[in-house]
Amino acid sequence: MKTGAKILIEALQREGVDTIFGYPGGSVLPIYDELYDSSIRHILVRHEQAAAHAADGYARASGRVGVCLATSGPGACNLVTGIATAYMDSVPVVALTGQVPTGMLGNDAFQESDITGITMPVTKHNYLVKNGADIGQVVREAFYIAGTGRPGPVLIDLPKDVTTNQMAGDGGDGGEVLLRGYQPTYRGHVRQIEKALALVGEAERPVIYAGGGVVHSNASAELLAFAERAAVPVTTTLMGLGSLPCDHPLNLGMLGMHGTAAANYAITESDLLLAVGVRFDDRVTGKLEAFAPNATIVHIDIDPAEIGKNKAVDVPIVGDVKTVLATMLERMQKHPQTEGWRNRVSGWKQRHPVTFPDDDHLRPQYVIRQLSDILKGEGIIVSEVGQNQMWTALHYCFRKPRTWLTSGGLGTMGYGFPAAIGAHFARPDMPVIDIAGDGSFQMNIQELGTVAQYDIPVKVFVLNNMFLGMVRQWQELFYDRRYSYTELPPVDFVGIAKAYGVDGIRVEEKDGVRPAIEAALAADGPFVLDFRIEREENVFPMAPAGAAINEMIGVHQE
Amino acid sequence: MKSHTLSLLVENQAGVLSRVAGMFSRRGFNIESLAVGTCEEPNMSRITIVVYGDDLQVEQVMKQANKLIEVVKVSDITQRESVARELALIKVVAETGTSRAEIMQIADIFRAQIVDVGTRTLVLQVVGDTKKIDALETLLRQYGITELVRTGKIAMLRGSKTVKSAK
Ligand SMILES: Cc1ncc(C[n+]2csc(CCOP(=O)(O)OP(=O)(O)O)c2C)c(N)n1
Repeated sequence: MKTGAKILIEALQREGVDTIFGYPGGSVLPIYDELYDSSIRHILVRHEQAAAHAADGYARASGRVGVCLATSGPGACNLVTGIATAYMDSVPVVALTGQVPTGMLGNDAFQESDITGITMPVTKHNYLVKNGADIGQVVREAFYIAGTGRPGPVLIDLPKDVTTNQMAGDGGDGGEVLLRGYQPTYRGHVRQIEKALALVGEAERPVIYAGGGVVHSNASAELLAFAERAAVPVTTTLMGLGSLPCDHPLNLGMLGMHGTAAANYAITESDLLLAVGVRFDDRVTGKLEAFAPNATIVHIDIDPAEIGKNKAVDVPIVGDVKTVLATMLERMQKHPQTEGWRNRVSGWKQRHPVTFPDDDHLRPQYVIRQLSDILKGEGIIVSEVGQNQMWTALHYCFRKPRTWLTSGGLGTMGYGFPAAIGAHFARPDMPVIDIAGDGSFQMNIQELGTVAQYDIPVKVFVLNNMFLGMVRQWQELFYDRRYSYTELPPVDFVGIAKAYGVDGIRVEEKDGVRPAIEAALAADGPFVLDFRIEREENVFPMAPAGAAINEMIGVHQE
Repeated sequence: MKSHTLSLLVENQAGVLSRVAGMFSRRGFNIESLAVGTCEEPNMSRITIVVYGDDLQVEQVMKQANKLIEVVKVSDITQRESVARELALIKVVAETGTSRAEIMQIADIFRAQIVDVGTRTLVLQVVGDTKKIDALETLLRQYGITELVRTGKIAMLRGSKTVKSAK
């Protein structure tokens, strides 16, 4: 006889879970009692939102399913932002929540909330386990669903009696998962692939538009090989950064609202767009009618619902990006003649590099470039949301997939710091840096307690402009500089860090930047750098919302 | 823009109806009618949903429905040869005298059954496609309808074709 909690822990172990990020409470006491002497490591965060983001960071950095755990009611509700963040960026997370005993369900019992109802729109699937005998099977299915096809978060709600009661057997050890309603397509349709290859062979101005799907499907090598063989320039989305080395001659950098001039011009002039693991998000396309207006579009994605959702597509290919690109490589016979086009694109790159005023002021772009120069790609960079995120995307040189973790779809301030904690447990061999704004850092600053307690060597670089910078930028550009509620009073972040037992340095001068970064990276434990940057620095280029992406501010028009 | 009749084969799990209905409303669809019940397969249900939208919107919502783990099959049977039926119960004011006789005549023409006879009311049960029920409702309105319930449309392909998928 075993308790449901024991069966749960054994099922998690079968899935290879080594770390859980969580926070206890009444309805998960039986689970915590099992964790007490389990081989699974549990990291106690300071807010359940951080547990969800940490599980997400763990998953993005490793490609494995991340796990978080919270109690019923308030604990479960606190996970929601983190779950929604993972959902929007297709990140495999399993969230475990306690629930009131089955006999009290629906009675507004103490700390009851209908978390399966609440999370229905932000999970790939969820379960309310009413019978302990189902635990093994449900865990197996949850990990399978979270990690296959288009990945996403799955929540398992566990009433207290279900985890407390003793049971014979294993609660079903899962075994093979057979779900009639869930059968992702991995191999692209060969006829469609042939059609796409024929278009590639004939194209004069082809561009590859690659996104997060390339990272999720671990298809960077195939992407690189295909781009090189066909000699096609590549632009990546925010989520796709790192899937191609930033300094590869075919890499145009990021496209979209804060994309590079070269990427946005190339898209606009292209005659063939190969959209790979992307979803034509509005931050990428700008005005839809003006996005790749002259291009025939091939769209490869594992999720059929993304194809044709925002933009009509000429050749849809439903399948796993890695598998489809591999097949395309095998079958490719005719190469396009792209030399002239590539020269034209290189011309844009040369005439419109991503720059900034590199004077003697302390500017955020300089900080990021220094970090990039020191790490040379050997680190995991996490960001918060806002200008800090876009400066990092534009000025850091990403060389490998899964070294850039950011909340793209939901744009969750407060994501970065806890996600960085999760990333550390996935890749303890890598330095992990959270590039933050002073606003975002304060959304989950309590996690200083977590990094202090476990001596987690995450480094936080606060690009402190004493503003909600990105909102201020919009107010400056589109609301007549009326800075309505976007100014933040100065905060002594080093003092706060020290109070938690975390070391830090405030940097006020440009020449202090490099030594401070070196000191932070050399420190064994966590570290906070408080960079007092130029307060009204903006992110450029910028194509205003609703404009065509080639109509950029901060780029002299061609 | 037009009405589309969608037939869904779903696993009969707790919450499946709210998952399906929630997804339609979240994606901006107003469900015109919805009928659900068990079907020929054990542990499965069929849901018939009528929604209004253009072809592209409906294609998108069908793809989204297909992504729900418990949804096994989704078909738009609007354009295909199908039979569609609804059942309505209509309580109509029928004072003794001419109106009562007229109502019984109308019922007869529509092959509606009188399933309850009260001192001041009759309850009619009618089966048919949406248009037929609408027509009967219009005719009866002059006598005074005090209550009306419709089941929502259920539909099925004609001939040997079915809305199913491989197991
Ligand atoms: C949770 C949350 N609330 C509000 C926003 C809207 N928002 C987007 S960027 C931003 C400002 C971010 O300020 P800060 O973290 O200081 O970064 P900066 O832009 O200055 O680099 C805000 C408020 C958001 N993205 N997330």
